[in-house]
Amino acid sequence: MTYFDLAVFSKTWGMLFLIVLFLSAVSYALWPSNKAKFSDAAQMPLHDEEGENDE
Amino acid sequence: MQQNSPTLSFGEIGLFFLSGATFLYGLMAASRRVDPIMEIHGYLIAIISLAAIVLLAARATKAGKVQDHADPYNMDVVKAGVIASTFWGIIGFSVGLVIALQLTFPSLNFDTAYLNFGRLRPLHTSAVIFAFGGNILIMTSFFVVQKTCKARLAGEIAPWFVFWGYQIFILMAATGYLIGGTQSKEYAEPEWYIDIWLTLVWVTYLLVFLFTLFKRKEPHIYVANWFYLAFIVTVAMLHVVNNFGIPVSFFGSKSYGLFAGTQDAMTQWWYGHNAVGFFLTAGFLAIMYYFIPKQANRPVYSYRLSIIHFWALIFLYIWAGPHHLHYTALPDWAQTLGMTFSIMLWMPSWGGMINGMMTLSGAWDKLRTDPVLRMMVVSTAFYGMSTFEGPLMSIKAVNSLSHYTDWTIGHVHSGALGWVAYISFGALYCIVPWLWKKDGLYSNKLVNWHFWISTLGILLYICAMWVSGIMQGLMWRAYDQYGFLEYSFIESVEAMHPYYFIRALGGLLFVLGSLIMAYNLWKTVKSGNPVVARDTSKTPMLRQGEAA
Repeated sequence: MTYFDLAVFSKTWGMLFLIVLFLSAVSYALWPSNKAKFSDAAQMPLHDEEGENDE
Repeated sequence: MQQNSPTLSFGEIGLFFLSGATFLYGLMAASRRVDPIMEIHGYLIAIISLAAIVLLAARATKAGKVQDHADPYNMDVVKAGVIASTFWGIIGFSVGLVIALQLTFPSLNFDTAYLNFGRLRPLHTSAVIFAFGGNILIMTSFFVVQKTCKARLAGEIAPWFVFWGYQIFILMAATGYLIGGTQSKEYAEPEWYIDIWLTLVWVTYLLVFLFTLFKRKEPHIYVANWFYLAFIVTVAMLHVVNNFGIPVSFFGSKSYGLFAGTQDAMTQWWYGHNAVGFFLTAGFLAIMYYFIPKQANRPVYSYRLSIIHFWALIFLYIWAGPHHLHYTALPDWAQTLGMTFSIMLWMPSWGGMINGMMTLSGAWDKLRTDPVLRMMVVSTAFYGMSTFEGPLMSIKAVNSLSHYTDWTIGHVHSGALGWVAYISFGALYCIVPWLWKKDGLYSNKLVNWHFWISTLGILLYICAMWVSGIMQGLMWRAYDQYGFLEYSFIESVEAMHPYYFIRALGGLLFVLGSLIMAYNLWKTVKSGNPVVARDTSKTPMLRQGEAA
């Protein structure tokens, strides 16, 4: 494999791989059914004392 | 919790052998006298190893007595991190002040190699980035991962190995610089044997963090932990690849890097810029995502935005390094690539800033009453400002003016002092009352003083460097009507003198601020009011703003 082959591979399949990976991360973030989960997660720092002394 | 006991003893035995091996290595290196640096470091390694063996033996004799497991969290190592980071912060800022004064008044170099600017400068950069920043990151990550996973830190001796191993790394690096040991890679100056040691410590850090995540009782991994994990993993990769090298002798300090020429420069700045991206950005964004919501008592503004800007940062930052090598032998396409990715970084950076700031929506009034929160929000403003300035400076046309000038120094410090140090100070002010179970800080007034004194210091610093930097750039590119350079280099140096004085003044104010903070934290631990037992579950610091 020459440098040229490697460059072509990274500029096509490599780039495609990263774009698909990034788009799946974005769709995970925006997926409507994840909304409830994320609004719970946004509260996590505020409720991390529970279970320690509360219950 | 019982499953810890075999790993505990395994870790202790391993550390005994490790300390024995490093003890022997230190003695052999010291006695062989391959070079004066390794001779001194050999003795230092032997002494530290001996101390480690003694401490391990002392721990082993009272083994079984250790009832830490009763405590749901391991907070002792976090407390140690608070002390270490405050200590190293003051050292690092003070050395910064010294070298700023050396640049203003060169006679302060005292004609001795040990205190020369060339040796003190890496001492300053390593002390503030790795000793102060690193300890802050390790300390807060150990705190946040336990709290958000509702799990005790994995391993008993491993977190302490990370803590003490990291302090030993700092000590070895710092003493190395003073006696002239360096591999001349910016922000990666320590020689090969210190690099190997750091690798060992860092991999243990990664394992402690990962195993704590595995033990979590929360189904979801909170976003701050994602940022911490990205920081730990990427720094491991950067550190190992950038430090590929071959020592001249197994018992000598000198080594030669595996890469040469342009490849070496590119590897160095791939490392260097991602140290900014993953050490000074991702790690401290993790702090922002835990401490700002907690202190403001508000949820994260947009959790979706936090995920998107996290992945955008990860995908973009890694390509931005070549902008440090504009107009060099680096191929032009690589320079353009670095510039393009730097500009794209505007979006995720500002995503982070907006998310941090808007977390205050509904609680803006707290900025008036809570100086700690104010410090952290100002830090996100500085983050936004310096991540706007950075991409701007990476544009080739701008870079032709700004590169090699004080503008770069000003830019770095608006990020380092305004963003990194301020979010760290905020975290320290929050975490000390939490850890030592006090109902608030000793004095919010002193936090106010700290805030205003050091903000004035930062403004003096960055404004002086902007003016000085642009002046330098313009002087260096000025031609007269015959096509000769208008100014000699030394004339530009002379013109910089007043700005260097202003910069040193700014540095002095910043050091003063950090001393005020250390005093305030000390008094909080010593004489703060203990939290009323019933209230421990209600996060005492939330009322801290009003309590003052």
